[in-house]
Amino acid sequence: MTGQNTTPGAAQRLAVLGAGVMGTGIAALAIGHGIAVSMIDVDRRRLAEATDRVDRQVRTARLMGALPEGTRPGLLDVGVSLADVSTGRTGTLTAVVEAVTEDPDAKAKVLADVSALVAPGTPVVSNTSSIPIGELARSVARPEDLIGSHFMNPPYLIRTVEVIRGPRTGPRTLDAVRGLLTTLGRESVVVEDAPGFVTSRILHPMINSAVRVVAAGTASVESVDKLLQGCLGHPTGPLRTADLIGLDNLVDSLWVLHERTGDESCRPCELLLTKVRAGHLGRKSGRGFYHYEGDL
Amino acid sequence: MTVPSDQEVSDTGDRVDTAAPELVRFLTARTGRTWPPDTDLFATGGLSSLFAMELVVHLEQTYGVSVRGTDLRLDNFRTVRRMVALVDRLRNSEPGDHGA
Repeated sequence: MTGQNTTPGAAQRLAVLGAGVMGTGIAALAIGHGIAVSMIDVDRRRLAEATDRVDRQVRTARLMGALPEGTRPGLLDVGVSLADVSTGRTGTLTAVVEAVTEDPDAKAKVLADVSALVAPGTPVVSNTSSIPIGELARSVARPEDLIGSHFMNPPYLIRTVEVIRGPRTGPRTLDAVRGLLTTLGRESVVVEDAPGFVTSRILHPMINSAVRVVAAGTASVESVDKLLQGCLGHPTGPLRTADLIGLDNLVDSLWVLHERTGDESCRPCELLLTKVRAGHLGRKSGRGFYHYEGDL
Repeated sequence: MTVPSDQEVSDTGDRVDTAAPELVRFLTARTGRTWPPDTDLFATGGLSSLFAMELVVHLEQTYGVSVRGTDLRLDNFRTVRRMVALVDRLRNSEPGDHGA
C-alpha cells in the first residue's frame, strides 16, 4: 500500500516528556491517531521499556475499538533529551506534552528546560492532575505558550480531557491544543486554573474518604466499590479508580491540594500512605487495593 | 501487503481443539471461575474488557501466534470457542497473512 497518507494526524509530531503511565498512554493515543511521537525520559531503563509499553497500549486501544479504522500508526522514537531526538530532523513540533511525575519542582525544571529549546509559539502542555498552571508558568520562557491538560488513565479509552487555561495562557495556544485534541478524537472541556481544577478537586478527596471508610472497618474495599457502582452509578468504584490513577500519584495530588487549599479532607489518610510506603501503588505495580497481573 | 484473513471468528463450529482445556485452565486460574466454551467473558457481571489484552498476550506466548491488525477486536476474544478458533486459524495461516 503506497501513496499519500491521508490520516488526519500524519503531518504532526508530538514530543512527550516522561515515559511513565501517563506519558506512554498519551503517546499511544497519539500514535493510534497517526501522529508521530518523540518520547523523552532521562531514565534509560524506563526509556528502554517505553516502546513495548506504548505498543501494548496501542494494541489494547485497537482491541477495544478505541482507534479510528484504517489509520496508519504514527512513528515512535525515544531519547534522553529533546536535542537527542531532534538531531537531523526538520519541521516544527505540533506540541510538547510534559507528563513527568506529579511534583511541582520536577515539572517546573522540565518545563523551564524545554521552553528554552522549542520554537516560540509551540504549545507546551503540562499534563497534571492538580498543580496550578499559573504556578508552573513562573518557570517557563513564554507563559503564553503554556497550558494544562488532565488526561484520565488510560488516555486512549477516556474521551474527555480537562484543559486548564492558566492566567497567562494565550488564545493561540488554547486554540492549537483544542485542535490537537480534536485530531486525537477527544472532547476538551476548558476550565480556569485552581488547585486540582475540577475533576481532582472533587474526586481525590472523595477517594480519600473511601479509603478512610475502609480503614475504619465500616466496609471492605469490594463493598465500598460495589455500593458506589451499584447505588451511585460510579463506573468502577473509587478504590479501583485509585488503583488505576496510581496510589503514589494520588497521594502527591492530595498533598498539592491540601497545601494549597488547607482542606483537611485532602490530607492523605494513613492507609493510603502505608500502601505507598509498601510499594503497593495500584495497577501499575500489580497490587494496590486489588491484585493485578499483566500490567497494561 | 497480503489481504488479511481477519474476519470475525465464527463460533458456530463444533470443534474445540486442544487449546481449549489449557485456555479454560488459564481463565479459571486468573478469575477463580469456570468458563463454558460459549459464555461471553465480557457480558454484564463478567470480566473487565481491559482483561482482553491479557488474553491476547497469553495466546501469543502460549501458541506462538501474533494477533495483529483487524484480528485485534474484542469479539474474537469473547468466548473460549472464539479464541480457540482464532488460534487455530492463525496457526494454519502463512506468516503475514493476518494483517499488519
